[in-house]
Amino acid sequence: MSKAPSIPPIFSVADLLAIAYRIELDAVERYGVLADQMETHNNPELTRVFRDLSKAESIHAAEIREMAGDADLNGRASALHSVWRKGESPEEVDLGAAHYLMTPWHALQLCLAGEKRALAFFTSIAETAKDAKVKEMAAELVEEEAEHVNLVYRLLRKYPKPTDSWCQDGDPPAAQD
Amino acid sequence: MSTAETRTICKPGDYKSDIKPIWCPGCGDYHVLLSFTRAFAQLGLRPEDTVVVSGIGCSSRIPAYLSCYGFHGVHGRSLALATGLKVSRPDLTVVVASGDGDGYSIGGNHFIQACRRNIDMTYVVMDNRVYGMTKGQPSPTTEPDFDTALFPGGTGLSPFHPLVIALASGANFVARAFSGEPNETANILVEAIRHPGFSFVEVLSPCVTFRPDEREWKNLVHPAPVAATSDPAKAARRIMTDDGFNIGILYRGERRPYQIKAATKAIDIGELEKDFAL
Repeated sequence: MSKAPSIPPIFSVADLLAIAYRIELDAVERYGVLADQMETHNNPELTRVFRDLSKAESIHAAEIREMAGDADLNGRASALHSVWRKGESPEEVDLGAAHYLMTPWHALQLCLAGEKRALAFFTSIAETAKDAKVKEMAAELVEEEAEHVNLVYRLLRKYPKPTDSWCQDGDPPAAQD
Repeated sequence: MSTAETRTICKPGDYKSDIKPIWCPGCGDYHVLLSFTRAFAQLGLRPEDTVVVSGIGCSSRIPAYLSCYGFHGVHGRSLALATGLKVSRPDLTVVVASGDGDGYSIGGNHFIQACRRNIDMTYVVMDNRVYGMTKGQPSPTTEPDFDTALFPGGTGLSPFHPLVIALASGANFVARAFSGEPNETANILVEAIRHPGFSFVEVLSPCVTFRPDEREWKNLVHPAPVAATSDPAKAARRIMTDDGFNIGILYRGERRPYQIKAATKAIDIGELEKDFAL
């Protein structure tokens, strides 16, 4: 339904950082949920991948927090919430795409899709912002997101696409006969 | 939520318990859990003044994963429990969680009577159109041609229409949400909890294990094209003729919630026991 997240009116650098911070926190939470799922379902490799992704996003969040100085990011994000809250975060990780036999390649595909959406989101702000400082900060975030996209591509070299039989389970969940 | 104090001290994560969910990866209920915590944080609910009551089924595990009060009750009886709780403690915010089997089949009559009573609480049904916990039997909302080993070719039965039944029975707020949009679902839950009387929210929540076809729901849902109405007949007509994937608040009623009368005298437990003696 919310394929193209609406871009909220961003009047200041603090607004922009508040939105960026909220996006990162959403990703921290979602990767954490996926890591917990994989841990519960005994997929240790994926547990590690999702924990690492969650940690990476929390580092980004901390960096944004630091860039914002004393600004009340949560308060600002809440104030802006009424405008874009109907859409999900541009970097939204689709929890519904998880599968108990998924591989690191699938995890990175989820991550790549989110990073690309975030890149498009900040690019659009950088291109349309009226305020020079907002434009400058948005451009900085675009650079960051572009680096994240490249990082995921680099990681994907380590994890080639699995064969089509990746989800075949010798002992599948049995529907009642 | 007419009686609950609102504050803004809790973050969504504060409403999560330390227990990790055991739902299947990809289950829509993970999203619903996010929506609960986000809605509670938006409302600033105090965990000690908030109760989530449930019955039996995958969705009914949700109270264990929240750090407010919870009651994991018996099959289909979550609304009966919640009614007793709200009547005796009207100061609490009571949210009831259920699934399509627990809520519409085993608890079907409680659903109708709860709508009738219009007590100030919120009923959230995570509808995946299948009994997931017991391995994939058709539920009251399963399509008639859904083919399973248990019902080859499908049950041939028309699905239950919960939103219309809620309207016809007197629910004061009716909405449909999609689990894959946790922020929008949280917003709907906020409105449902705020609305006086009995609020009913059906959340389309895919069961990716026994209904993998439901992964497609994310491509089928769309916002309701018109604003909520306060006319139940109009709302019923719209719901009966929509495609089942309209998301949003569909009805906001103006019925006065059930008023709980304060007891006129203190009840002596000993006297009560005598009444029940055989």
